[in-house]
Amino acid sequence: MKILVAVKRVIDFNVRIRVLPDGSGVETDNVKMSMNPFDEIAVEEAIRLKEAGTASEVIAVSIGPARCQETIRTALAFGCDRGIHVETDQPPEPLAVAKLLAGVVAAEDPGLVILGKQAIDDDCNQTGQMLAALLGWPQGTFASELVIGDGVFDVTREIDGGLETISVNAPAVVTTDLRLNEPRYPSLPGIMKAKRKPIEARTPADYGIDVTPRLETVSVAEPPPRPPGRMLDSAAELVNILREEKGVL
Amino acid sequence: MKSSDGMRPDPSPDGDPWADIRDGVRKLCARFPGSYWQVLDRDRMYPEAFVAALTEAGYLACLIPEKYGGAGLPVAAAVAVLEEIHRSGGNGAACHAQMYMMGALLRHGSEAQKQRYLPDVAAGKLRLQAFGVTEPNAGSDTLGLQTRADRDGDSYVINGQKIWTSRAEHSDLMLLLARTAPADSVAKRTDGLSLFLVDMAEALQAGLTIRPIRTMLNHATTEVFFKDLRIPSTARIGEDGKGFRYILDGMNAERILVAAECIGDARFFIDRAVAYAGERVVFGRPIGQNQGVQFPIARAYAETEAADLMVQRAARRFDSALSCGPESNMAKLLAADASWHAAECCLQTHGGFGFAEEYDIERKFRETRLYQVAPVSTNLILGYIGQHVLGLPRSY
Ligand SMILES: Cc1cc2nc3c(=O)[nH]c(=O)nc-3n(C[C@H](O)[C@H](O)[C@H](O)COP(=O)(O)OP(=O)(O)OC[C@H]3O[C@@H](n4cnc5c(N)ncnc54)[C@H](O)[C@@H]3O)c2cc1C
Ligand SMILES: Cc1cc2nc3c(=O)[nH]c(=O)nc-3n(C[C@H](O)[C@H](O)[C@H](O)COP(=O)(O)OP(=O)(O)OC[C@H]3O[C@@H](n4cnc5c(N)ncnc54)[C@H](O)[C@@H]3O)c2cc1C
Repeated sequence: MKILVAVKRVIDFNVRIRVLPDGSGVETDNVKMSMNPFDEIAVEEAIRLKEAGTASEVIAVSIGPARCQETIRTALAFGCDRGIHVETDQPPEPLAVAKLLAGVVAAEDPGLVILGKQAIDDDCNQTGQMLAALLGWPQGTFASELVIGDGVFDVTREIDGGLETISVNAPAVVTTDLRLNEPRYPSLPGIMKAKRKPIEARTPADYGIDVTPRLETVSVAEPPPRPPGRMLDSAAELVNILREEKGVL
Repeated sequence: MKSSDGMRPDPSPDGDPWADIRDGVRKLCARFPGSYWQVLDRDRMYPEAFVAALTEAGYLACLIPEKYGGAGLPVAAAVAVLEEIHRSGGNGAACHAQMYMMGALLRHGSEAQKQRYLPDVAAGKLRLQAFGVTEPNAGSDTLGLQTRADRDGDSYVINGQKIWTSRAEHSDLMLLLARTAPADSVAKRTDGLSLFLVDMAEALQAGLTIRPIRTMLNHATTEVFFKDLRIPSTARIGEDGKGFRYILDGMNAERILVAAECIGDARFFIDRAVAYAGERVVFGRPIGQNQGVQFPIARAYAETEAADLMVQRAARRFDSALSCGPESNMAKLLAADASWHAAECCLQTHGGFGFAEEYDIERKFRETRLYQVAPVSTNLILGYIGQHVLGLPRSY
């Protein structure tokens, strides 16, 4: 079974995000970019399946500007076998990404597609679901455990108040939650080998997809500053404030 | 416009060819946060888990040629690895020698010695990271060392003492420099010393004693005593009497790599100082708004960037097989100074909190102070520059 993993290049989770002065977006010049952490979990899961002999090949796909290739290289360093880069000027919206991924699926015929449940930059949480719909495949989203059976995948999902396990027929789309696994760090031999692994260059035109944005960003703003905390002398004082000032007790 | 189906070459992001290695090391180090190092520091324990992780991920074998199982990378790559370890708040001194000590074996050992040891060193099965040079009566003056290796048939018998032999308890092999001909019997001052690869496990049964030395930092350093330790003559690296020359060319690599650790330390201190100065509010504003706080950090930053250029230049010359004694020494001097100044300003910026162990500042402060003295002291570098670069009379 081939596995396709989607890897998005996003602003590194350690970076303090700055909103552009005109409110059109956030600062990305000279900002450290990394693989979306949920996608790292997707890559890890796919590689573990390959190491277990369940998967035959793992292909990492990234969609976006030229430097997405760095993100693919990272996936290759972790152990993916090859990459596909669909180059666009801007990172496209979830629907366009899902359509492009559906195009890649048609060309590669994988038995499983693993994506992060969301990207930490736009928090859309849409691509996996849209892809499943476009392909007409079942989906197991927010996976915290994935068990590969004979023609079925058991996906344990994190839902409000607990866990739910569903069985989906292969081929399927799975999106990862935080607790699915702990991604490894790349080894030096992995990094060296990644340099020699192939990355196929594609464009949206190869898949006949129009990536023109359909959404308009009205404004991007900083969250309001948090008011400073207050030190209180006693629990009694706290109770008093909650009752008298805040009226919550 | 580009073709839609070609294979593109690997781009070098930001012109930094080691960005991916830096990233990998950062990820690894993130598993070993300050709390990990604090406990080890308190108990003076060796960072086994960290060293195992670094070994397993192959980073310590980066300089070993591919044919012996390493990655065959230039020193500039090892610079990136050690800098990132130190920038993360960790300490590469526990294992940095595993990277470069094999250089003596690689350059001067016989093919049989290389075949026997290098693949296991690359795989991390053998630790070659104890370097027995310094003696109580021969510190900076290496040529004054007194530990003797006397030839007896097809073995050598070793007697004497070394001090500050770091990681001796965590090493399978020791590179030992010992006298094989009396100082007054050799034509050149630099003759008469030989280099040996000592099997520590065997030696501990046969006349080697290791005694740990407690120091102001967690460094696993020791003193070692040799009493009639008999080792086979096949343990000698290269020719008899040429040992000093063999270690000299390894010293440039050591200096460049220690300088890289200093750059990492300096960046750690600057990162922490900047973050703290921006957050800490006294007198109604962030302390970083005061020039008395801000300017020392700015100066430390400028010094660090300049020192880093010298480290890069030294590494580039080393990797191009050009002479690099002056550059390596200057890199070590400038980087050690930059890290020390950054340490001082970071501790000062943190006020009382810098002294609290949980901030990691006081630990790193103690750790980076070492590099003013070891592996070569600042004064000895100045003496070297004065004499060998500027042509002034020898002062030492
Ligand atoms: C934690 C630690 C780990 C170490 N690890 C190792 C190791 O693994 N292997 C090893 O072989 N060694 C090791 N060393 C030893 C280290 O290399 C020496 O400490 C260093 O070379 C200085 O030698 P010394 O301590 O004998 O000082 P000395 O040579 O006694 O010098 C003392 C001071 O006098 C100054 N000085 C000396 N001569 C002159 C001169 N002519 N002009 C001006 N100033 C001068 C020096 O700069 C220094 O400040 C380690 C040391 C420490 C502290
Ligand atoms: C071991 C130890 C023992 C102590 N014992 C006691 C004790 O017994 N009793 C007690 O009450 N306190 C004690 N202290 C606290 C000590 O007095 C404070 O740490 C010290 O006054 C600095 O305050 P701070 O740590 O809050 O630093 P901060 O006030 O946060 O200052 C941080 C840095 O910013 C600089 N800075 C701040 N404002 C300005 C400005 N406007 N312009 C320029 N620079 C500025 C400071 O000089 C400092 O370098 C102790 C501290 C330590 C570490």
